[in-house]
Amino acid sequence: MSDYTKHLASRVTSGGLSRREFMGRAMAAGMTLALADALFTESAMAAEPKHGGHLKLGLEGGAATDSKDPAKFLSQFMFCIGRCWGDMLVESDPLTGAAVPSLAESWEPSKDAVTWTFKIRKGVKFHNGKDLTIDDVVATLKRHTDSKSESGALGVMKSIKEIKADGDNLVLTLTEGNADMPLLLTDYHLVIQPNGGNDDPFASIGTGPYKLLTFEAGVRATLEKNKDDWRKDRGYVDSIEIIGMNDATARIAALSSGQVHYINRVDPKTVDLLKRAPNVEILATAGRGHYVFIMHCNTAPFDNNDLRLALKYAMDRETMVKKILGGYGKVGNDFPINSTYALFPEGIEQRAYDPDKASFHYKKSGHSGSVLLRTSEVAFPGAVDAAVLYQESCKKAGINIEVKREPGDGYWTNVWNVQPFSTSYWGGRPTQDQMYSTAYLSKADWNDTRFLRPDFDKLLLEARSELDEAKRKEMYRSMAMMVRDEGGVILPMFNDFVNASTKQVKGYVHDIGNDMSNGYVATRVWLDA
Amino acid sequence: MSNTPPSTVLPGLRFKQRFPLLSLIVERCVLSLVLLFAVSILIFGGLEALPGDFATTYLGQSATPQAVANIRADLGLNRPITTRYVEWLGNAVHGDFGTSWASKNSVSEQIGKRLGNSLFLAAFAALISVPLAVGLGMLAVHFRNRLPDKIINVISLAAISLPEFFIGYLLILFFGVKFGIATFPATVYDGMDLLDRLKAIALPTATLVLVVLAHMMRMTRAAILSVMSSAYMETAELKGLSAYRAIVKHAAPNALAPIINVVALNLAYLVVGVVVVEVVFVYPGMGQYMVDAVTVRDMPVVQACGLIFAAVYILLNMIADILAIVANPRLRHPR
Repeated sequence: MSDYTKHLASRVTSGGLSRREFMGRAMAAGMTLALADALFTESAMAAEPKHGGHLKLGLEGGAATDSKDPAKFLSQFMFCIGRCWGDMLVESDPLTGAAVPSLAESWEPSKDAVTWTFKIRKGVKFHNGKDLTIDDVVATLKRHTDSKSESGALGVMKSIKEIKADGDNLVLTLTEGNADMPLLLTDYHLVIQPNGGNDDPFASIGTGPYKLLTFEAGVRATLEKNKDDWRKDRGYVDSIEIIGMNDATARIAALSSGQVHYINRVDPKTVDLLKRAPNVEILATAGRGHYVFIMHCNTAPFDNNDLRLALKYAMDRETMVKKILGGYGKVGNDFPINSTYALFPEGIEQRAYDPDKASFHYKKSGHSGSVLLRTSEVAFPGAVDAAVLYQESCKKAGINIEVKREPGDGYWTNVWNVQPFSTSYWGGRPTQDQMYSTAYLSKADWNDTRFLRPDFDKLLLEARSELDEAKRKEMYRSMAMMVRDEGGVILPMFNDFVNASTKQVKGYVHDIGNDMSNGYVATRVWLDA
Repeated sequence: MSNTPPSTVLPGLRFKQRFPLLSLIVERCVLSLVLLFAVSILIFGGLEALPGDFATTYLGQSATPQAVANIRADLGLNRPITTRYVEWLGNAVHGDFGTSWASKNSVSEQIGKRLGNSLFLAAFAALISVPLAVGLGMLAVHFRNRLPDKIINVISLAAISLPEFFIGYLLILFFGVKFGIATFPATVYDGMDLLDRLKAIALPTATLVLVVLAHMMRMTRAAILSVMSSAYMETAELKGLSAYRAIVKHAAPNALAPIINVVALNLAYLVVGVVVVEVVFVYPGMGQYMVDAVTVRDMPVVQACGLIFAAVYILLNMIADILAIVANPRLRHPR
């Protein structure tokens, strides 16, 4: 069997390819009808979920300081555990990113998208046997929107003016119209807890497919199947063990020796070595996270758009993706949105490395002397190498970049969002609106490029409450063009989420929402003996 | 002070002359306490001076100024530093290190568990490495400049030259991945039985033994050799004592002080210096705990770890000093 048909078969197994698509492609690749049919049946059989077994995950990101309170979830470790024991009101579709029901059965916006009514699901029980009620939902959201709250979702939730129950329905009133409201509720901090978690935020009682048995911060957590789960299409393994492994080599060793079934954060530099292990499968998912070089648009010399353009044209994106991401990523186009977002503005010309244009704009800017770029290994994996690569590609355009390596400790406080030119990372957001509101709106807390454009702000607010998709798409296109051609961000690449599993792990869903199958990996996969 | 004539002896000094050993021990203890106090000021002051603070670091990119302000107010970070220091030290003396800012758990409780794990690993490594090092050292002296001595030297030099994470990775590669006979990762948790625990720590223990062995072995060898070259050893040899008897009976006791010192130093290292080994083997000990806390500026935890590390270091050094004095009476009467 060729590599290509093998690949097709594995996509059937993981549920990503229908029979029709499979047959078409397999026959195009030269297979006979009978053979393709047999292969499909075999693969589809393997795609039938099996129940039982003990799943072990080795995850980076746990720390002794992790808190069990969902409001304070921060690390990858807690993100994954939280998705196992808790449910949000809304989930996002793994393939399209659209909002799909979870604890909220359905929803309805008002015409101006200011008031949203959510119908809460009936017959769902918490792990402690108590029924889920509208009061629990209201209390949860209130806890996360309280201005005294330390919740990580506070930024997302601040656009909610009023939370109240209307019979069995939840009614949210916003400060301004927002067509993406349901997607905001997919935030992993917003786990619905009994009485909102006000009695005991650390109790880890939810409505999810697994119950938390033991937990030691940063070390290990064990979970067992919730027999009364309200959903049947998840939670295949009997028990889960999540082990904190912050050392990349330790994770790789544990996976290749079969001590764990799944690891996250595989370093692009070592991925080719890991591929050689016979029992290992690399799971790379296109994501929204992106690496950026940020310039402050209001600080000299970066307040000159020609200089900004020169620096954008001097970026060799293809080489960056190849060298820094090991090929596990896609080139960026200097605006923070890619095709994994709904309403992605298609047809915008891809900016390519062009030393001549760079040199033209550089001369036009009238700037002379070197440009100081601050970087650190914590900005993103390989950031220092990326800065040096950039230095090289700029040299060909006659631009002299001075790379300053800053200590990782305190980088986010002292350099990022403070110094005029530095490297950084964005994890992506569920919607275009959120991405722009977080980092490109004039008054945004993290406007790290100092992009101050009243016309952009106006367009963003208009698009937010626009329920007509075609109109909205056109607005997002204009915004993307503004950021791309006049903004302070050089965005060379979107990075894939690179994880790996043993071959026993089946049913992995490549979720564009976030890393580790949007955190749901443990509830979605099953073990093939 | 030691040259004061007897006629002007003060009452305190008389006690000193009558119980030289006891007074030396008391002196050491007081000195250690003073040292610990000084360290506590350094730890607190040093952490205050670190760039970045808990609120922004902890919340990362999801922080809003509102949430940051809330956390600061909640933790009382706007009070003066001296007030906070006195309060902290007062509680620490009673064994209360407060609650972790990040996880809101009791630090003392967490440290109890983590320190237990670290001590377990250290004790196990010490149990193997100390007798092995001293034994090998004596063996090396016995076969001085002959093949066994050279083999021991080369191997121990090789082990000490490799960084510990590299030794760890090599052991994982061979015993964990290639042969699959050792347990990896070395995660230990509550309710694990002793046998499983011992299996889990086999590889980290082996790494630690390899790392500290050479230092202690070479010091033992050097100390005994330096004694061997002294006049009374020549006498012993001329008396016709067997080499074995000369080493064990005459040389070893006189070489004890430096050996005890290097052993204490390595024991301290086993407790406070094994961060890298803990990270590589995913072992939940103190080092890992402190590293996690430093990354998010969880001050109560960092301070508590710092203070405990300092205390372990000071305590072991004090014990080593006292033991050295007991072993060598000459040290009791400083000239």
